[in-house]
Amino acid sequence: MDSKNLTLFNRIKDSDIYFSFIKSPTAIVSTVILIIIFFCSFFVEFVTPYNPFDPSSLSLMDAFTPPSWTEDGLAKFILGTDGQGRDMLATILYGSRISLIVGFSAVIFALVLGVSLGLTAGYFGGKYEMIIMRFTDVQLTVPSILMALLVDGIARGIISRELHDEMAIYVLIFAIGISEWPQFARVSRAATLVEKNKDYVSASTIIGVSNLIIMFKHILPNIMRPVLVIGTIGLALAIIAEATLSFLGVGVPPTTPSLGTLIRLGNDFLFSGEWWITFFPAIFLVILAFSINLLGDWMRDTLNPKLN
Amino acid sequence: MKPKNLLKILLAFLFVFASTQSFAKTIKWSMQGDSLTLDPHAQNEGPTTQVSRQIYEALVTRGLDMSIGPQLATKWKAVDPNTWYFYLREDVKFSNGQKMTSEDVVFSILRAKQPTSDFKEYISTISGVKAIDDYTVQIKTSKPNPILLNQLSNIFIMSKQWSTDNFVIAPQNWDAGQETFSATNAMGTGPFKITLREPNTKTVFKKNGKWWGDVEHNITEIQLLPIKNAATRVAALLSGEIDIVTDAPVQDLARITSSAGHKVESTPQMRTIFLGMDQAADKLRSGNTGDNPFKKKEVRQALYQAIDIEAIKKKVMRGLSEPAGIITFPGVTGYTKALDKRLPYDVDAAKKLLADAGYPNGFDVELRCPNDRYVNDEAICTAVVGMLGKIGVNVNLFAQTKSKHFKELKDDQGDFYMLGWGVPTLDSHYVFHYLYESGASWNKVNFSDADVDAAIRVMEGEVDLDKRNAAIAKAWKIVRDNIAYLPLHHQVISWASKTNVNVPIRPNNEPLFRFSSVN
Repeated sequence: MDSKNLTLFNRIKDSDIYFSFIKSPTAIVSTVILIIIFFCSFFVEFVTPYNPFDPSSLSLMDAFTPPSWTEDGLAKFILGTDGQGRDMLATILYGSRISLIVGFSAVIFALVLGVSLGLTAGYFGGKYEMIIMRFTDVQLTVPSILMALLVDGIARGIISRELHDEMAIYVLIFAIGISEWPQFARVSRAATLVEKNKDYVSASTIIGVSNLIIMFKHILPNIMRPVLVIGTIGLALAIIAEATLSFLGVGVPPTTPSLGTLIRLGNDFLFSGEWWITFFPAIFLVILAFSINLLGDWMRDTLNPKLN
Repeated sequence: MKPKNLLKILLAFLFVFASTQSFAKTIKWSMQGDSLTLDPHAQNEGPTTQVSRQIYEALVTRGLDMSIGPQLATKWKAVDPNTWYFYLREDVKFSNGQKMTSEDVVFSILRAKQPTSDFKEYISTISGVKAIDDYTVQIKTSKPNPILLNQLSNIFIMSKQWSTDNFVIAPQNWDAGQETFSATNAMGTGPFKITLREPNTKTVFKKNGKWWGDVEHNITEIQLLPIKNAATRVAALLSGEIDIVTDAPVQDLARITSSAGHKVESTPQMRTIFLGMDQAADKLRSGNTGDNPFKKKEVRQALYQAIDIEAIKKKVMRGLSEPAGIITFPGVTGYTKALDKRLPYDVDAAKKLLADAGYPNGFDVELRCPNDRYVNDEAICTAVVGMLGKIGVNVNLFAQTKSKHFKELKDDQGDFYMLGWGVPTLDSHYVFHYLYESGASWNKVNFSDADVDAAIRVMEGEVDLDKRNAAIAKAWKIVRDNIAYLPLHHQVISWASKTNVNVPIRPNNEPLFRFSSVN
């Protein structure tokens, strides 16, 4: 077969991964759900007419409207409104956008940091490897949410309050990223140890290719499979970590609520019968994290050569 | 383990459990915030006084019906308009067993007059105090003071000996963040004494066996367990972990009432919630216009008329508030229905006022709010942010815990802030003296008016009630017309408790556990 004559689409279509994908209903369902969520979150301006971040567009008299199918519900607020008259659906979609941005950025941050440290550690070995690996050991003993709380606390101490609201999202990305990088470092180091003794690496070394090029051009593509798998699962963890931090009140400010902030705000109304304010963001978070996890599971099964 | 041993252990547990149930009467009390300090003269703040009131006593005090009656003094008389004699009870002992004498009273009044005291405004007219004999105190005022007794009911008496031994002769300097022995320890003559103090976590009061009064309560221990989150507080109450909540969240009252083991009581509280705008600063700290829009009365009025107080009442307060036109409430000398009428809610008029004042596109400002002090404080502020957004004023909300909020306000950091004011003396003078007088300690809007200051002097020294009332009415009219503050509403408070816990509700939100019982 001459692969050069095939289009990208055909290459994908003929691949093992595609075959495995269409044979797995869970993967298809979770992918469809994720595509819908991603689309609605990133194009929310076109999906809903409401902008919950613009306080002047809200009317307090709309507050606490129940979902539209209940007795007192209004058709214009499908999932009801919260205590300030914000449309729940719009608020959730805007919130999930923030959650997704934070989740993705945190995972990419952790991936870049973890893979570069793990790769170099595995490749060079020696004292350098030992130091990096002991670092990951130490950090793995600290629960990641505690680590994130610590980073957030320090950031609050050194960043002035005026700047903090603007910086909050970056602090959150850094806090979650820094608490997740050891996973990536360990996996990529283990994979590098296997790869670096293979013939293609030896060949490159003999013809005098520099270490940097060997590592990032030759080894890196071969260790990306396991890294992508933990990256996907890490995304779900990062989104949940963001929600946890926001629920504890140290995440994004309430004026730009993420899913966790919404659940926290709704929590005050659990006893008073306004269940929808906390229920919908919570169920949305569950569906989001669950779909990503299912997709991650499927990727692990497919990409793991030992299971084939 | 042998079954027999297990049975013994179970029996032992049962015995311990049964005995604690029948002998110890503990009330677990919760509210959203804690007392800021145990020093009885350092902070003039509701929950702080509520805690001090259980441990410390004053010369005179308000009973359950809010009328002034004797406490540490049995009787008093004014020999001339400026000289008072107070005759003390002779059987009063502090909880460490030491006798209370006139020395302690003189010491405490002088202590409350020191610069670090937050109660000095209460007794600013007292010019001299001295002990005539062990149980007689003479108080001299700089001018005739018709409300001296009301003011003295909030000056708690400490032990001179205890204060000297523990280096707390001067009140804790709360504004400067000072920590003293008296801030975390308390020793008074009251019906309870503090045996454990963990700020913001747990405070344990035990019955004071040396108390002089007739014991009407049957409580051996009170535990104050502040729970900031409203839902958590209600959950703790419903699950039985807490016996009484003195600030039950308005949204949860229906749920609590529907529980068979719980009851809810509500009463209009002697407290008005309002917003302050700094009218003296040349430039707003958080503004974007380079000047101070609040200097113009039109701007203040625009903000006033942009606030839909009825919507706040209906949606945020669930009907449990009374829209306010002035920062005082029925029952206070000087209050009238006519003064309490609000300017109408009118967005178009507000926009026009703002444009006339030179801010057609509005301006930026930061609103500072406590989030654990008043009923739904943060939710009110969030609602205000939305309403002001409709007239183009871009408000950035900054809500934080009350101890930081108050400290930073006192530190002159607020352009636009929320505050609530109660009137323990039930006299308008208290409001003017703290909130409106030029340079007053809580006058953080920096309002200043010579006529108001003159009227305050009349309120302090005029015994002719008609003349005094005229001065009060005049002062209210000036500050109301000037829109010195934006009044929001009079708070209604609700206490929720187990049905077997009886703590009489009082409009100043202060529980008196000496009149309480657990059945």
